[in-house]
Amino acid sequence: MCLAIPGMIVEISPENRDSALVDVVGVRRRIDLGLLLEDPPVPGDWVLIHVGFAMSKISEADAADQMHTLRQLGEIDGAMQEVQGYGLEEEVQ
Amino acid sequence: MGSRSRFRDPQIEMAHGAGGKASRKLVEGLFAPYFFENAGDPMGDAAPVDISGTRVAITADSFVVKPLSFPGGSIGELAVNGTVNDLAVSGAKAEALVVTYILEAGLPTSVLEAEVRAMAKAAREAGVRIAGGDTKVVEHGKADGMYITTSGIGRYLPGVTIDPRSVRTGDKVILSGPIGDHGITILLARGDLDLEGDLSSDTRSVLPLVEALVEAAGPGIRWMRDPTRGGVATSLNELARDCRLGVILAEDQIPVRDAVRGACELLGLDPLHIANEGQFLAVVAPEYADTALNALTMAPGGGGAQVIGEIREQPAGSVLITTLYGGSRIIDMLVGDPLPRIC
Amino acid sequence: MKYVDEFREPRLISKTAEEIRRLAGTRKFRMMEVCGGHTHAIYRFGLKDILPENVDLIHGPGCPVCVLPMGRVDDGLAIAQDPNVIFAAFGDMMRVPGTQGSPLEHKARGMDVRIVYSPSDALKLARLNPDRHVMFFAIGFETTAPSTALTLMRAKAEGIRNFSVFCNHVTIIPAIRAILDSPDMRLDAFIGPGHVSTVIGCRPYEWIAQNEGKPIVVSGFEPLDMLQSVVMLLRQLNKGEAKVENQYKRVVPWEGNRAALQAMAKVFQLRPYFEWRGLGFISQSALRLRDEYAEWDAEQRFQVPGIRVTDPKAAQCGEVLKGVLKPHQCKLFGRECTPEHPVGALMVSSEGSCAAYFNYEHRKAMATSLSQIA
Repeated sequence: MCLAIPGMIVEISPENRDSALVDVVGVRRRIDLGLLLEDPPVPGDWVLIHVGFAMSKISEADAADQMHTLRQLGEIDGAMQEVQGYGLEEEVQ
Repeated sequence: MGSRSRFRDPQIEMAHGAGGKASRKLVEGLFAPYFFENAGDPMGDAAPVDISGTRVAITADSFVVKPLSFPGGSIGELAVNGTVNDLAVSGAKAEALVVTYILEAGLPTSVLEAEVRAMAKAAREAGVRIAGGDTKVVEHGKADGMYITTSGIGRYLPGVTIDPRSVRTGDKVILSGPIGDHGITILLARGDLDLEGDLSSDTRSVLPLVEALVEAAGPGIRWMRDPTRGGVATSLNELARDCRLGVILAEDQIPVRDAVRGACELLGLDPLHIANEGQFLAVVAPEYADTALNALTMAPGGGGAQVIGEIREQPAGSVLITTLYGGSRIIDMLVGDPLPRIC
Repeated sequence: MKYVDEFREPRLISKTAEEIRRLAGTRKFRMMEVCGGHTHAIYRFGLKDILPENVDLIHGPGCPVCVLPMGRVDDGLAIAQDPNVIFAAFGDMMRVPGTQGSPLEHKARGMDVRIVYSPSDALKLARLNPDRHVMFFAIGFETTAPSTALTLMRAKAEGIRNFSVFCNHVTIIPAIRAILDSPDMRLDAFIGPGHVSTVIGCRPYEWIAQNEGKPIVVSGFEPLDMLQSVVMLLRQLNKGEAKVENQYKRVVPWEGNRAALQAMAKVFQLRPYFEWRGLGFISQSALRLRDEYAEWDAEQRFQVPGIRVTDPKAAQCGEVLKGVLKPHQCKLFGRECTPEHPVGALMVSSEGSCAAYFNYEHRKAMATSLSQIA
């Protein structure tokens, strides 16, 4: 029940603030903002689209944060292995 | 005489015309037993016919498309290029076409003239003669404006033999350019969706590219096909079945334009199942692969060509697609028309 | 594609897979993903090839097409027998078989069946065809229900009377409860539905962690999302913890989408019970239209046969749905029941675990074993 994809708001319809044009790598679709009216997105914002409706705003900060966490994964592991190699037997945070 | 049919479906459905599994069942189960002597032989895009010692290729294709006209082309161009391409990927140069029109009463003459003009132009560009044809008119409400069938005859190009049974492990799979343009363009042109994109049909004659390929790598070409209805997935599944080997594709090597990708993601469609009208697949022996790819990329319109995969023992009879990070999945033939998903 | 490609970066996927192998050690872990979209993602990205053998991902009942009883398909199609009615539904519904065939098969026999990509498309059809009646066959969990709700609110506000909804929306929590209540359930953790959670938030899962002691991570759908969720679950399990975590933070607000929940509350009420194919009757697990929307409720405007259609006893959908059996362990799998001729619920949609397993694992295994014989 879950096919939803990210798209960027290009334009809010002047006649109807419930309707916006989104861009998904060059394909443009008109979507409904009716579920996000409490904090409506503006052009440039990214939203998650499902069955023609915007479900949620995508947080650039949280996405970047996640990527950062993922990149750290291997590095922390590598650092731990190196320290364990020293035989220090300490808990590395 | 009892029924020779092995086709079990009680009625014809849209799926039977979609180019996928259901279509294949109809052809193999109902047509082949009655029409073909060796019903088990692999079927290609064109058939060889011996006329007084000369072997020629013949084929036919019908065009049923809504809307009649769309970005990048129209039904007329599809009708010419489609048959030229069927001959080309069978290793033959189209010499002449005959055209049948089934026209809906009430069709504006201007619309018909536009298609006739488009066909004349496409034929000129493809170097093929339109030798004649037939016209029928049906009642208003039938034929969606017009249906066109083209039948073509052509001469085999020297130095190349197309046979899926000649495919070997280690052979490379080459694709002439980006996929999905035509099918998605049609979908958007229907106007049912609130989708706009900078896309046009890729309809064109692939004969020049095929000729360039044959000239450079003729002896190494094992098999070719134009992935129309049913897309690359269907064509390669047919190959896998016919050669009883595995076709392994690398997902990151398959060229897809951004706009096609975006539309497919939005609608829940797979580009591998979408129709193309200006691309072809070729399986080439490994020692010819580089030359083949070079010849294509250097030829006009071939800049997007890529090696997209190779033939292996396993999984025999199936098409497998692999990701850069080691995941893989089986790519199936379509059952019927590609259906969008929300799930 | 932004917010898609980054989460498919191969090097990061390999690194995350390594971390999973390190964390998983040799113990066996059984994790259930409840969302059809996750099932699809696992197969699309070949994630099972990347996970170690001892981490077992089990597919749960989050496929709204799969759990739809055949009788409901029949009911919807019965309404559309009236030549004045246009049957509108998502692509996912088109090949779902009723006892007399699927919507597509009915279309071939002359029924006016249209694919729509949004409930608002269905309403648009009604506006464009004032002398016909458009019946929207609504399916989906809480991800989709708010959009149906909003569409109904608009239909009412605009006074569009030639439109109705045949409502089959279901809710995810009762399904998860049914899985956990099952006596033969053996699960360690849950991968929580990402898009349902954009609507309901993360709170509704707290009882799974607190009362049942199972960790649950709400997950996105890209390969890195799912792999990261597995890492987070393994970390919890190794520490003996059980809490709700939100891996899909960039999209899922902890509190959910208030406007969406309000729209649902305005338009829908809970049915006292509803039949889930393969799981039986579950109370308070599905939605119907409120009395104020009776005029747009297809079940009120039309007569529905309401006949229950039971699955053949041999079909073991329930056990597969609960993760007790693997698809290939059902006696009908691959024989009477295939994606082309589905007998049970889980073979009907390409996201159903049996269909996904068939198209992926089974065919790979068959292809390999056939060539070994030859």
